[in-house]
Amino acid sequence: MTNSIAEVKENDVLFLIGTNTAENHPVIWYQMVRALRKGAKLIVADPRETIPARRADMFLQLRPGTNIALINGIIHVIISEGLYDAAYVEANTTGFVELSRAVAAYTPDYVSQITSVPAELIVSAARTYAAGERAGVYYAMGITQHSTGVDTVQALSNLALIMGNIGKEFSGLNPLRGQSNVQGACDMGALPNVFPGYQSVDNPEIIEKFERAWGVKLSSQRGVRATEVGEAVGKGDIRALYIMGENIMVSDPDVAHVEKALKSLDFLVVQDIFLTETAALADVVLPAACFAEKDGTFTNTERRVQRLVKAVDAPGQARADWEIISELIRRLGHDAPYSGPEDIMREIAALTPQYGGIAYPRISRVGLQWPCPDEDHPGTRYLHSKGIARGKGLVMPVQHAEAQELTDADYPLILTTGRIIYHYHTRSMTGRVEGLHELAPQSFVEISPATAEQFSVEDGETVSVSSRRGTIETTARVTPRIKDGVVFIPFHFAQGNANVLTNVALDPVAQIPELKVAAVRICPATAK
Amino acid sequence: MTEIRVKIDNVTYTAPEGVTILEIARANGVEVPTLCYHPKLSIVGACRMCVVEVAGSRGLMTACSTVAVDGMEVNTRTDAVVKSRRNVLELLLSDHPMECLTCEAAGKCSLQKYAYEYSVTGATYQAEPRDHDLDSSNPFYLRDMRMCITCGQCVRVCDEIVGASALGFSERGDRTFVGPAFGHNITDTTCVSCGSCVDFCPTTALTSTHGRNRLRTANIRKVTTTCGYCGVGCQINLLVDRNEILGVEPVEGPANDGFLCVKGKYGFNFVNHPDRLKTPLVRRNGQLVEASWDEALELVARKFSSIIDQHGRQSIMSLSSARCTNEENYLMQKLFRAVIGNNNIDHCARL
Amino acid sequence: MTTVQDLARIKDLQLSQRRGKRVLVGLATCGVAAGAEAIRTELLAAGEKFGLSDFAFDRTGCIGLCAYEPMMEVHRQGEAPYFYVNLTPERVREIVEEDFSGGRKLDQYILGGEPLKSQLRIALRNCGVIDPDSLEDYIAQDGYLALGTVLSTMKRPDIVDVIKRSGLRGRGGGGFPTGLKWEFTAKAPGDHKYVICNADEGDPGAFMDRSILEGDPHAVIEAMAIAAYAVGASEGYIYVRAEYPLAVDRLNRAIAQAEEMGLLGEGIMGSEFSFHLHLKLGSGAFVCGEETALIASIEGQRGMPRPRPPFPASKGLWGKPTLINNVETFANVPTIIRNGADWFAAIGTDKSKGTKVFALGGNINKTGLVEVPMGTRLREVVYDIGGGLPGGKAFKAAQTGGPSGGCIPAAHIDTPIDYDSLLAIGSMMGSGGLIVIDEHACMVDVARFFLEFTVDESCGKCPPCRVGTRRMLQVLERITAGQGTEEDIVKLKDLAEGMKLGSLCGLGQSAPNPVMSTLRYFEDEYYAHVREKRCPAGVCTAITKYWIDPEKCRGCTLCVKVCPVSAITGKVKEIHEIERDACISCGACQEKCPFDAISRR
Ligand SMILES: Cc1cc2nc3c(=O)[nH]c(=O)nc-3n(C[C@H](O)[C@H](O)[C@H](O)COP(=O)(O)O)c2cc1C
Ligand code: SF4
Ligand code: SF4
Repeated sequence: MTNSIAEVKENDVLFLIGTNTAENHPVIWYQMVRALRKGAKLIVADPRETIPARRADMFLQLRPGTNIALINGIIHVIISEGLYDAAYVEANTTGFVELSRAVAAYTPDYVSQITSVPAELIVSAARTYAAGERAGVYYAMGITQHSTGVDTVQALSNLALIMGNIGKEFSGLNPLRGQSNVQGACDMGALPNVFPGYQSVDNPEIIEKFERAWGVKLSSQRGVRATEVGEAVGKGDIRALYIMGENIMVSDPDVAHVEKALKSLDFLVVQDIFLTETAALADVVLPAACFAEKDGTFTNTERRVQRLVKAVDAPGQARADWEIISELIRRLGHDAPYSGPEDIMREIAALTPQYGGIAYPRISRVGLQWPCPDEDHPGTRYLHSKGIARGKGLVMPVQHAEAQELTDADYPLILTTGRIIYHYHTRSMTGRVEGLHELAPQSFVEISPATAEQFSVEDGETVSVSSRRGTIETTARVTPRIKDGVVFIPFHFAQGNANVLTNVALDPVAQIPELKVAAVRICPATAK
Repeated sequence: MTEIRVKIDNVTYTAPEGVTILEIARANGVEVPTLCYHPKLSIVGACRMCVVEVAGSRGLMTACSTVAVDGMEVNTRTDAVVKSRRNVLELLLSDHPMECLTCEAAGKCSLQKYAYEYSVTGATYQAEPRDHDLDSSNPFYLRDMRMCITCGQCVRVCDEIVGASALGFSERGDRTFVGPAFGHNITDTTCVSCGSCVDFCPTTALTSTHGRNRLRTANIRKVTTTCGYCGVGCQINLLVDRNEILGVEPVEGPANDGFLCVKGKYGFNFVNHPDRLKTPLVRRNGQLVEASWDEALELVARKFSSIIDQHGRQSIMSLSSARCTNEENYLMQKLFRAVIGNNNIDHCARL
Repeated sequence: MTTVQDLARIKDLQLSQRRGKRVLVGLATCGVAAGAEAIRTELLAAGEKFGLSDFAFDRTGCIGLCAYEPMMEVHRQGEAPYFYVNLTPERVREIVEEDFSGGRKLDQYILGGEPLKSQLRIALRNCGVIDPDSLEDYIAQDGYLALGTVLSTMKRPDIVDVIKRSGLRGRGGGGFPTGLKWEFTAKAPGDHKYVICNADEGDPGAFMDRSILEGDPHAVIEAMAIAAYAVGASEGYIYVRAEYPLAVDRLNRAIAQAEEMGLLGEGIMGSEFSFHLHLKLGSGAFVCGEETALIASIEGQRGMPRPRPPFPASKGLWGKPTLINNVETFANVPTIIRNGADWFAAIGTDKSKGTKVFALGGNINKTGLVEVPMGTRLREVVYDIGGGLPGGKAFKAAQTGGPSGGCIPAAHIDTPIDYDSLLAIGSMMGSGGLIVIDEHACMVDVARFFLEFTVDESCGKCPPCRVGTRRMLQVLERITAGQGTEEDIVKLKDLAEGMKLGSLCGLGQSAPNPVMSTLRYFEDEYYAHVREKRCPAGVCTAITKYWIDPEKCRGCTLCVKVCPVSAITGKVKEIHEIERDACISCGACQEKCPFDAISRR
């Protein structure tokens, strides 16, 4: 997030696109509710009538896979009505002329044809967003899990930039991140192309710095991406996999494909707190401590580094992940001179500029937001206050492109996936909390009444849903809250797993799979 | 900002313009009792406990709702004030079930606290407790409306913060009660089981199911940490008895401001689940069987070394975790970069 | 668009159309309930039959003589109007034939005396005079002239000033100076403001506001437009109870008429001023008449009062400055504007100006609506206007202000009725309910009756009222059941004090008034109940026992025959006895006994 969560309640316009904040980030939604009570306007773009959509002043119920067209349409209106911040654009951005040329074609009528959102709504959403003094844009997987995800983020960035809504308190561009430490995992360089702090692995100076610190020679070759594992294993390039705390047998697209890859490995190590679907395939399973059983830090979606404090002992012989990895490093003949996470953080701070000032004593009560370059730095509440990170903000036109997989006569419906409030990720934790299980015990597929009728599906009945990759059985939930021609399945459940159906088509830059659009068909299970 | 001067109990305080008498009092350590007030919720002036005397005003004023003005003179403990507060307590206790001995809230109950401070027993107008069935339909918390003092904090937090608006007032007069509309059970509503109402309840009308009959007597340690679920990073207190988590309470962290969602508040019980992995497992003859740490780690080290020997440093890969700590992710990438010798590390950030 | 000149033209036309002979049938709720619709149908049919083309048969609202409904008023040029009352269809046929056609007045059906004696009608001036569904009729009474005048000739502060100088005070119960309220709202910062008319009228037994809305809806609309102009509002609401369907109907029609004529809406009467008026139906909770609860209800929330300050004048509907006045308050405004502040200020007493409408009820001969100058003595209202108590029973007390008010005992019957005098003797003006209580009433029971109402109507928000009213009622129930103790009387006083001190809104603060004022004036009755377990009036059946005087009983057995529960034993010619536990204190035996042998104790 470029802003802080505490700033959300001060927004006067909230534009939510591809985020069902009320279910996926309830506590941020609470802040939004407070903003709404103070009179903020809410614009929601989503194929489903989510909880936020029900409270929206403008609900743009778009066809999945048409985010860019919608955003370009909004930009079109803002530019053609002269509502943009000309002074900011002039002083702080480049590429505006190209942008205005590129969006000229995205008239409300044209965009309405693509997205199926009424043209007037596009116009009023544009005017409302433009009128905001403290307008915040919020997005999540509904934007990024598309083959055009990176372009969509660029489109949103264009929108925020031409309004000067970046580098300001209370307005910005805010991705809402899913998992507890997804920000931290990226910050720490659990990525194939960067060291901690987004320092590139192909930069000789950086390599040298780390070589000096670690006392070894380092590779400058970009590593294999998570989304490339299947292929790399298939080709025999990857022989062993060490998975820590991920259950890719449920979370990844095209599960059949994943299973095949895992089974063909020479050696699979899985470190987790439960024997997950993935761990069950491992050669070695290492029992880990959970969040309550260890010390450490998480970095939240607003870049705040906060403490994890050990409250109870791990069961049996389970150990904290850091202990296990340290031990492995030692057994592989290297030093791991850490008596605890605090020691590790000292090393991180020394090597990661953004974390330079992070130290346990400083975050014992309240966490710090990076960038925090040194011990005296108070942390950074919102980003880009002194201009965009790369000098001038680059406005770069992007074009609408259809999703990789289109519907056809065999697979006439669009499947989109997402989360529900009672579960987290693959349910390895929430599925084992009795009450949560009781409140949301099983998978389901949401389908509109008209579509249900078209395919002879009744509410509550078991249906089979198929894509080009597989078939699952789940329970139909007929609801007017979803667009005709679209079905929604939560991805938490191993039984009725949406990711049996999803597509591995990747965004060319971010390599994020297109989990939000796949072509499927549906029929009552009995009719199969 | 304009400063104003306000005299409370004959001491003059300065305050910014626009704040209430209660805010000034609390900021300066002047005790004013409240049951329905919460700084994060709208002000309703319902409980009447915060009444004070303001010179020149007719009748008593509620400190929570009265904006102070320059030169105001306030008295927080005159005879009339104390009489009025005692009357309120006397009435609230008159039909309150006297179950303090077994009550979950004893010790932290506001009603009990003020009853003690004002020496009120509820005996003066003693009447039958109201008749309400216990609503235990939600797996995480119980609703016992006999204990309710209709302060409305739960109604407001659910509406104004959570946005679920699952609760409201029904009926009128002393039949008034708080609950879902049309007498529904709470599970048949828009309730998202976040437990905010439970955290805000000053009595025991709303209580968490887990940890009942233990939280009061056990030797509870409160451990402040970060919730393990989503990326918001809510701050929580784990309520721990010896080695068991009995409950979670929200802490006012910068991100969560004292609120939690259902997973943070009630999703902790997986920690004690019997399915937890307790020993390393290794595959022998196709079966995963228990092994010692020494065996398991030795096996991993040996296998990694031999695969590197046979297929080169690029042939091993790691999927790190967005649910592990910074320190662990750091070590994992260090393991691969510095020890295995490749950049084959990624995690499921994008999923 | 309608201009002031247009108004004059419409008035002339309307007056010229009123032919020499005119018969008005009262068609307010009271009239309709008594069968006035059938009367009107009959009248029209009979008129047709007798070819009375020179008669105009018009409709009108309530003239206040509700005890005599259905009725009609007969106007002939050059003659004093007179009323035919307690009509039936047969009588109507007779009247049409004999009087309207034959020219012979039927004195036996005509209301004698001076029916409106001692009254002064300002708020009710058009009620029972005009056809409420006719805008032209209203204009003929100089309607909308005041609005035209302020829009064309007066500055906003001048209007506020007129209202201030008139001394008009709120008729909704609080008696707050109306001009001050207008001034506060006018001066409150804010670009959007509202005007609300409080037509919730929750006081049981009060129906002044209903009569005004049914009889003269345009007066309220015109006043609200004037108020809106004066305070700078552009939107208004009339909050009217859903139980007043006729009023709602007439208001809807009147609003449509006014909009059509450009007297509401955009650019009223050719000025820059716009005012949009909406109706909002209330759900019938008494507390929704309290202004902040009413505002919450319009906002779509549960009707619960909010603490004041902030007052509506600074933060009202949707948090915007809001002027809220009662129906009757508004109904005075056009006349004040037309006749001037001094004219109004000359009526009434020093601190209470103008008139007040009362709904007379209870043990009184002529129930109905009366409008009298402030300062009129209670005795005059009860005896001269109300015709005294039925059966010549003695006056014991009058309850003013409904369940929030208090009783005025016979000793104070000469109190002038105005805001301050009533407060001084422990009662209050309230909205204008006036219930007469005769000598047979038990005052403890009267207090219990009113408290039952507040127990039910407390909104439940604050403990002093929510729980306090219930506890108080329980104490009264104990006392009337003969289970009270002297300590209970102390409890009543303590509870009352707690409620007055601690309640959030007027409902709770005033709920103890009936108890406190009866305790003040009839303490001995309370003590009779708790000390002697006796109800002096014999109303509290649980402690009222009948007793046969052996000296007087002749053993006639009449009482045995009437006792519904066979509680009396005794053979012919022997002394009879009442079995205490079986007796339900109905009093039937006492009434029957020819020898006066049965008495109550
Ligand atoms: C419990 C309660 C009920 C009330 N009911 C009414 C009512 O029915 N009609 C009314 O005009 N005012 C009612 N009021 C008074 C209003 O709160 C408010 O003072 C009034 O509408 C202001 O108008 P006025 O100044 O013209 O009297 C009530 C007050 C209380 C405390
Ligand atoms: S648990 Fe949360 S959503 Fe449910 S009623 Fe309580 S506050 Fe509302
Ligand atoms: S005094 Fe009674 S009616 Fe008024 S707010 Fe309190 S409970 Fe509600």
